[in-house]
Amino acid sequence: MAKKIIEVDEVVVKFAGDSGDGMQLTGTQFSNTSALIGDDVSTFPDYPAEIRAPQGTVGGVSGFQLHFGKIIDNPGDYCDVLVAMNPAALKANIRWVKDGGTIIIDTDSFTEKNFKKAGCLEDRLKDIYEDYNVIQAPVTSLTKESLVSTGLDNRSMARSKNMFTLGMVYCIFDRPLNHTEKFFDTKFAKKPEIADANKKALRAGFNYAVTIHAMPSFRVHPSDTIEKGRYRNMNGNTAVAWGLLAAAEKANLPFFLGSYPITPATEILVEIAKRKDVGAKSFQAEDEIAGIVTSIGASFVGNLAATSTSGPGLALKSEAIGLAVITELPLVIVNVQRGGPSTGLPTKTEQSDLFQALYGRNGESPVPVIAASTPSNCFNYAFEAAKIALEHMTPVLLLTDGFLANGTEPWKIPAMADMPEIKHKIKPAGDDEYLPYKRDPETLAREWGIPGTKGYEHRIGGLEKMDITGNVSYVPENHEVMTKYRDEKVQRLENVYPELEIEGNEDSDLLVIGWGSTYGHLTTAVRELNNEGYKVAHSHFNYINPLPKNTIDVLKKFKKHLVCEINLGQFAGYLEMNHPDFEYVKYDKMQGLPFTVKELKEKIKQLLENK
Amino acid sequence: MSDQKYTFKDFKSDQENRWCPGCGDTAILMAVQKAMAEMDHNKEDYAVISGIGCSSRFPYYMNTYGFHGIHGRAGALASGVKTANPKLSVWQITGDGDALAIGGNHFIHEIRRNINLNLVLFNNQIYGLTKGQYSPTSLFGQVTKSSPYGTVEQPFHPGELVIGAQGKFFARSIDNKVKETTSILIEADKHTGTSVVEVLQNCVIFNDGAYNAITSKETRDDNQIWLEHGKPMLFGKDKEKGLIVDGMKLRVVHLSDRISVENILVHDAHETDPSLHLALINMSVTNGFPVAFGIIRQVEAPAYDELVEQQIANVQAKSKIKNMDDVLNSGSTWVIE
Ligand SMILES: Cc1ncc(C[n+]2csc(CCOP(=O)(O)OP(=O)(O)O)c2C)c(N)n1
Ligand code: SF4
Repeated sequence: MAKKIIEVDEVVVKFAGDSGDGMQLTGTQFSNTSALIGDDVSTFPDYPAEIRAPQGTVGGVSGFQLHFGKIIDNPGDYCDVLVAMNPAALKANIRWVKDGGTIIIDTDSFTEKNFKKAGCLEDRLKDIYEDYNVIQAPVTSLTKESLVSTGLDNRSMARSKNMFTLGMVYCIFDRPLNHTEKFFDTKFAKKPEIADANKKALRAGFNYAVTIHAMPSFRVHPSDTIEKGRYRNMNGNTAVAWGLLAAAEKANLPFFLGSYPITPATEILVEIAKRKDVGAKSFQAEDEIAGIVTSIGASFVGNLAATSTSGPGLALKSEAIGLAVITELPLVIVNVQRGGPSTGLPTKTEQSDLFQALYGRNGESPVPVIAASTPSNCFNYAFEAAKIALEHMTPVLLLTDGFLANGTEPWKIPAMADMPEIKHKIKPAGDDEYLPYKRDPETLAREWGIPGTKGYEHRIGGLEKMDITGNVSYVPENHEVMTKYRDEKVQRLENVYPELEIEGNEDSDLLVIGWGSTYGHLTTAVRELNNEGYKVAHSHFNYINPLPKNTIDVLKKFKKHLVCEINLGQFAGYLEMNHPDFEYVKYDKMQGLPFTVKELKEKIKQLLENK
Repeated sequence: MSDQKYTFKDFKSDQENRWCPGCGDTAILMAVQKAMAEMDHNKEDYAVISGIGCSSRFPYYMNTYGFHGIHGRAGALASGVKTANPKLSVWQITGDGDALAIGGNHFIHEIRRNINLNLVLFNNQIYGLTKGQYSPTSLFGQVTKSSPYGTVEQPFHPGELVIGAQGKFFARSIDNKVKETTSILIEADKHTGTSVVEVLQNCVIFNDGAYNAITSKETRDDNQIWLEHGKPMLFGKDKEKGLIVDGMKLRVVHLSDRISVENILVHDAHETDPSLHLALINMSVTNGFPVAFGIIRQVEAPAYDELVEQQIANVQAKSKIKNMDDVLNSGSTWVIE
């Protein structure tokens, strides 16, 4: 019987299991293979805060979702295929499966004991069987069976069950196995028996899927818009680290990162620590305060310095950011936002540190704030943050979040030669005079006189400085002059920030507004609605302080303004303060999760329809 | 290394000194300026880094590169400066509140890492700048603005913390001994690693006379012992007293027919085992001992910033990755044609 082949433009697959089941690896392999054969891909790993959360429980479920196909801007809302390695994984994810979608379960772990651990009843499965296409495969035992000849012990054999399921899913989507096979050959070059077992399990899963008829078969149309060139997968944290390093190389400065581990920002530190090959220095400090303060020290001596953290860590850094503001030293502060307040939801995403980034300091303490909007453009915005810091002598706050940090997408590798120039403000040796607070009349940036340069000896610090000379000054009028300079210096960045753009249909009444990581979901929602015959426009902010110069012109074009964000309306409030002549409708979400395209479309439609 | 000759005047800045007349800080400033004039560095290679407090105003009075930071963070600031540019001669100036209260965490960690910098701790046993509250080194029972009935806290002994943090260099001096302080600072500069120099400093306004028992003309000979590596531990007006080890403890003895100089402990600052150094650090007048001054501990060990440089050089020698283009193209990549 010839199988029916389902033709689609895009598909969402989710692998879910215990933290120890290897779901992240499985998902990564699938997404790499898909990217390799020309699909556009976006991924979103979702894992518990505990390293070894109790096995079999809903709290311990680790998931990896990926969305691939023709034009992909987000990791997808609802899955076409869910792999559930145990009842807890099914329970946690069933609501994210499309009606009639396919669910692959490992029946070997759907035991009474595991149902109990997951806190659900076996009976409920019966309903599921009716609403979905459930493939019941004894994955664990089949994996072991396929590996008997290897002589491995039971536990080692069972460990390859994720590869068995990956093989099955490869079959459903007609993907080649060779990329994953090659991966194992390299990864376990010194343990060929392990590489072999994984490859065998993968092939066994593939073959098993070929023979069972309940399996659907998809043909996914690959992207036809992907530019030619060399690609790699990129996640937001690595992109930030590399963007900073790229800026240091471009500016021809040594790089220094002072940081303290915190989820979901840690990987930035981890990545920089690896990069001794390009001379990067990473300083794992005793706390977040030391993280930023060591970086300020490094900046004082002429390094491109950065510090990376997440919400609670940013709170600890506030006082020191003020020090960088008053000493007018270049510094990049990366804040990978997560659910708050306090420890909040450490592994979940949120955009709720916007006000902290804008205002969370004592005194008048203006800092440029910019936000990345996709995992891979974290590279560009980190580079940009460093460029602004170095050219304008100011700390710059870069916002990303858990969604961007861990999400991945294929990324066309840029050439360093094509990256913009960066002209730092280090004053070359040889002048008779160095006035620390003399400013460039255009940007108001001061010059950077660095220790080791003869004749430029000077003192800076947290006390108010006299205009031009930089000596300590309590003169009342001077404080006002300096406060205004610091503010004006940041405000003038609107002259260098790119203009705000409008996507979608400009000839619409409604402008959908977002900032940062919501880009992928918003752009998809707006594109789909326009394709469906609605008229809607979208503007997305990456530059937040100051706002792009043309913001008002963009806002003026539309009757209605809908601001969508993963907080309780902080950006909407900020817009209201800066451009009070418009009414902003807020659409907020606070679940530690990104928007779904579905809910965005519903909200937008609702606004479009009751004019 | 220095290609110029300096005098202490070269290190004076044009800023007006704002410390109270008679403040011990002024004498320490003098000692630092004199010491720097003799050290083998160019003036532009000094970075003087401080936190907040009366003592932390110090960088403004130095005609070197200087950074007056935020309260408690001098250690972190100096650590960043030295790690980022190990060629600089880095001097951290800090008070007992700055280093041991709000900055306690940075203090122990910079010492543990053994960053090659010099830390001059101005210990006046009080918060000067905020006008007289007790500090982590104030004596138990001390009456201050914030302890009107006496503190009920045990003080830190900075040297003990240094040893606890695996410190390799600890010296003690006192503000009015400018000559001695100067030579200790010169030794601190030569030492590779974190060199901690505690200077007992008199705050004439809020804790005047805190060190009277040690400094007054009548008692100073009996209450100060200046240790020198390789020399017997003698003190007293005519060096008639000395220290010996009795069981596990130090004891003060008088030289006599039965006890000669040969019986007296010889100071070994280079001993890696810190036990005796700790005992010397903890001697106090109230325990019937003289207070130890001079370089109490000086042990060689690799410095953090040097290790960082070495590691980078080692990795770079071996790695195929030379620049960011290499990094961007490293690992798993594919081509879309
Ligand atoms: C974050 C912060 N907390 C508190 C203060 C107030 N403060 C300034 S100096 C100081 C203590 C100074 O004592 P010490 O470090 O011993 O220096 P001294 O003035 O005695 O030289 C305090 C509490 C501050 N400046 N910043
Ligand atoms: S208050 Fe004390 S420590 Fe501060 S300047 Fe005056 S005397 Fe010196």
